[in-house]
Amino acid sequence: MSDTIVPVTTKKDWTSDQEVRWCPGCGDYGILLAVQQLMPELGIAPENTVFISGIGCSSRFPYYMNTYGMHGIHGRAPAIATGLAVARPDLDVWVITGDGDGLSIGGNHLIHALRRNVNLTILLFNNRIYGLTKGQYSPTSEIGKVTKSTPFGSVDPPFNPLSVALGAEASFVARTHDLDRKHMMDIFRQAHAHRGSSFVEIFQNCNVFNDGAFDDVTSRQVREEMMIDLRDGQPIRFGAGGHKGVVMGTDGQLRIVEVADVGEDAILVHDAHRDDPGLAFALARLSHDDHSATTFGVFRDVDRPDYGMAVGRQLAETSSKKGPGDLATLLRSNGTWAVV
Amino acid sequence: MTDTVERSAGREPETITRVVVRFAGDSGDGMQLTGDRFTSVSAAFGNDLSTLPEYPAEIRAPAGTVNGVSSFQVQISDHDITTPGDAPSVLIAMNPAALKADLNRLEPHGLLIVNSDAFTERDLAKAGYASNPLADESLAGYRVVEVPMTSLTQKATEPLGVKPRDAERSKNFFALGLVSWLYSRPTEPTLEWISTRFKDDLVRVSNATAFTAGFNFGETTEQFEHRFVVLPAKLPPGEYTNISGNVALAWGLVAAGQLAKLPIFLGSYPITPASDILHELSKHKHFGVRTVQAEDEIAAVGMALGAAFAGHLGVTTTSGPGVALKSETTSLAVSLELPLLIIDVQRGGPSTGLPTKTEAADLNIAIYGRHGEAPLPVIAAYSPANCFDAAIEAARIALKYRTPVILLSDGYIANGSEPWLLPDVASLPDISVPFATEMNHTNDDGTTEFWPYLRDPETLARPWAIPGTPHLMHRVGGLEKEDGRGDINYTPENHQRMVDLRAAKIAGIAYDIPPAVAVGDVDDADVCILGWGSTWAAIDAAVQRTRRRGLKVAWVHLTHVNPLPPNLGEVLKKYPRVIVPELNLGQMCRIVRANYLIDAKAVTKVQGLPFTARELEDAIEGALQ
Repeated sequence: MSDTIVPVTTKKDWTSDQEVRWCPGCGDYGILLAVQQLMPELGIAPENTVFISGIGCSSRFPYYMNTYGMHGIHGRAPAIATGLAVARPDLDVWVITGDGDGLSIGGNHLIHALRRNVNLTILLFNNRIYGLTKGQYSPTSEIGKVTKSTPFGSVDPPFNPLSVALGAEASFVARTHDLDRKHMMDIFRQAHAHRGSSFVEIFQNCNVFNDGAFDDVTSRQVREEMMIDLRDGQPIRFGAGGHKGVVMGTDGQLRIVEVADVGEDAILVHDAHRDDPGLAFALARLSHDDHSATTFGVFRDVDRPDYGMAVGRQLAETSSKKGPGDLATLLRSNGTWAVV
Repeated sequence: MTDTVERSAGREPETITRVVVRFAGDSGDGMQLTGDRFTSVSAAFGNDLSTLPEYPAEIRAPAGTVNGVSSFQVQISDHDITTPGDAPSVLIAMNPAALKADLNRLEPHGLLIVNSDAFTERDLAKAGYASNPLADESLAGYRVVEVPMTSLTQKATEPLGVKPRDAERSKNFFALGLVSWLYSRPTEPTLEWISTRFKDDLVRVSNATAFTAGFNFGETTEQFEHRFVVLPAKLPPGEYTNISGNVALAWGLVAAGQLAKLPIFLGSYPITPASDILHELSKHKHFGVRTVQAEDEIAAVGMALGAAFAGHLGVTTTSGPGVALKSETTSLAVSLELPLLIIDVQRGGPSTGLPTKTEAADLNIAIYGRHGEAPLPVIAAYSPANCFDAAIEAARIALKYRTPVILLSDGYIANGSEPWLLPDVASLPDISVPFATEMNHTNDDGTTEFWPYLRDPETLARPWAIPGTPHLMHRVGGLEKEDGRGDINYTPENHQRMVDLRAAKIAGIAYDIPPAVAVGDVDDADVCILGWGSTWAAIDAAVQRTRRRGLKVAWVHLTHVNPLPPNLGEVLKKYPRVIVPELNLGQMCRIVRANYLIDAKAVTKVQGLPFTARELEDAIEGALQ
């Protein structure tokens, strides 16, 4: 708990003795490995770290981390984690959730945690399917999705998780995917460094119920031409040699262009620290399906007061003004009389 | 009033032992404030008292209608009382709607003081009167005093430059002044209170002037036969304050935090009639109290549970609908075996029901309202002041046994108030429990581990190891856990063992609570009353009255409603008859019948109101026939 000594740990220190029980080939393994490998780099101690989850395949995650952890109930992890983080701003609190857990049953808690800017690192594993209940469509499944509960195709329009987070005033919003450990670790590192709520959507493959959902964007073969990796302060370019880029038209629309056609100076420069979330919102929605070029990286990273610290500050200010509470004084505060 | 009544010379007040006063008016007339002031002055004067505020669920129902009537009833006495009185002996009706709504409460030949200015054709029509009751014979059974309170207030405040419309807002202080004269209340405390309460100069002086005008009107008018005084009660010596149940409960939680040496974390979502606990606790940050107004009831309990995992005393406050919403998280808390307080200030149900009226019909949901075998302790406060002790006791059990505890209050005691003999703070119990700091299991090879579900052999409580503690990292969750180690475990034998252990832990609390004690005609009663919660007040009055009349009555009152005291069956079986008065359809009665195979009879009421003493007297007599 000391501020001065940086704990020295290895991946082993962060790995629990529990057998990992995800399906062989699940994208969750890659995410777990990325987190376990990253933790020693963060200079924090396992005993000061807490993983809180809801229900779903991803929510088994805390069992595999040798930290404090709670496998909660469906959708409620952000609420439970809010209580924890407000009570103890000294802790590193991570929330592990999925598209069903975080955006369907727990949508309300997620948006309010983001609105308050509770100091949480929220990792949302988006596989666009309900896995643990064996294959129903989720709030991020595409229209037309044929699942056990939608034999004729889903007619529900999906959420874009980043739009939800940005709309909820999230101060840190990012996207990564389960096939690139280095990218994940880079994003998780930045998310952890951010004070307040950090929201990370992870494209995660469910190889049993929704295999290959993101292949057209994230597979090794197409990645270079399909992933637009946002870098703060850099022109938004992608494709072999950066031949493609993103520009904003005079109508305010973002468009993908050949850099050669418009010139380098016309390419939009990414600024994650813009106070106005409008551009981050547009970038997050550049692609409307999983078959066209899609944005990744940190969309938004701005400073807003950390909720738990603000609550703690009010306590400290009241105490310094009134002195520590005295029970006998409190009981007399509405006036008393004596009976002799 | 007849003009033959002789005006008593010097108007020495007549001493009476008790009086029940009811202020009734429109929601915007300030009746709660008026009643509160009369109560505070009477408390400071040394009377014993008990109050019953009643107000509509609507913030401002259409003015002048019966639906918009807000009332405040208070009994003051020179002896120990527990109820706000069955029937008021004086009713102050500020408009026709108030008269219509509350006249049936007034005792026969009771004193009825009406604001005659408000009995215009329009106001009468709004209240649904076809003819003016002041002009016909319909009030013949009462002693009616007509006072033009609005115009007298306007006249009194006119020289100050108060506009007639604004003056109308001070008429409740005129009424308060008049009733203060009638019952010989000192005026200084109220004038002092007015001078600090109202920031606006004109409002302050207008209210003070109206109050004095009302008092002086009583002094000079000849409309009242008598003036009365209720002398101070002979209460046990000590320092008293007047306290409502919600404030007592909030203070009890603050005290519990101090006594447990833990910070308090309250997660709460506003709901009537529990919101005042959130309001009160949010003032006391310098006691280390964190309050978060959550996005919903589920988040509120989730946050409290998260804070409990972090090592705080986690609390959530709500009413019936919120208890239903919190059910899943409460089950998780049962499974996690973490301390948590869930406070249910009961109101009329089901659904939105009667949000501002009292009921005690959440006993079943408190004891049984979870999925799976999910037992937890339930405590019921019995009076406004008792809410303080009940909060500390609930916290003691939650901490010692690492369990969620449901504490039941209700709208009647939450909003009602009574004088409270302040406890000596130093005498309050130490309820602190240690956090786990060491490994607790040694393997065969000599290595040590932390087993989060290795129980204390006596209490069956598991260790509470909080984040930040080196080496004790562990995971908890809603999945079934292996006895001891706490790893996920789905085996048949282990689940049976864990269900049995959780049940045994809660059942064992029965031996850590006071035994059931009968009072009254303990040895030869013909009927025993089994009470729980806020029925205490009416039962107390009914038992006193029936015993004075020679009936043989015993009474057992429960504060711990789950688990029940181990000797309860034995105690109840001593009596030929057992009746169980409840503000529900017999929930506790069914429990004692099932547990002890006794032929207990339920006495029930679900009208959004507490029992009157009279109703319970009748029930006792009925049981003996």
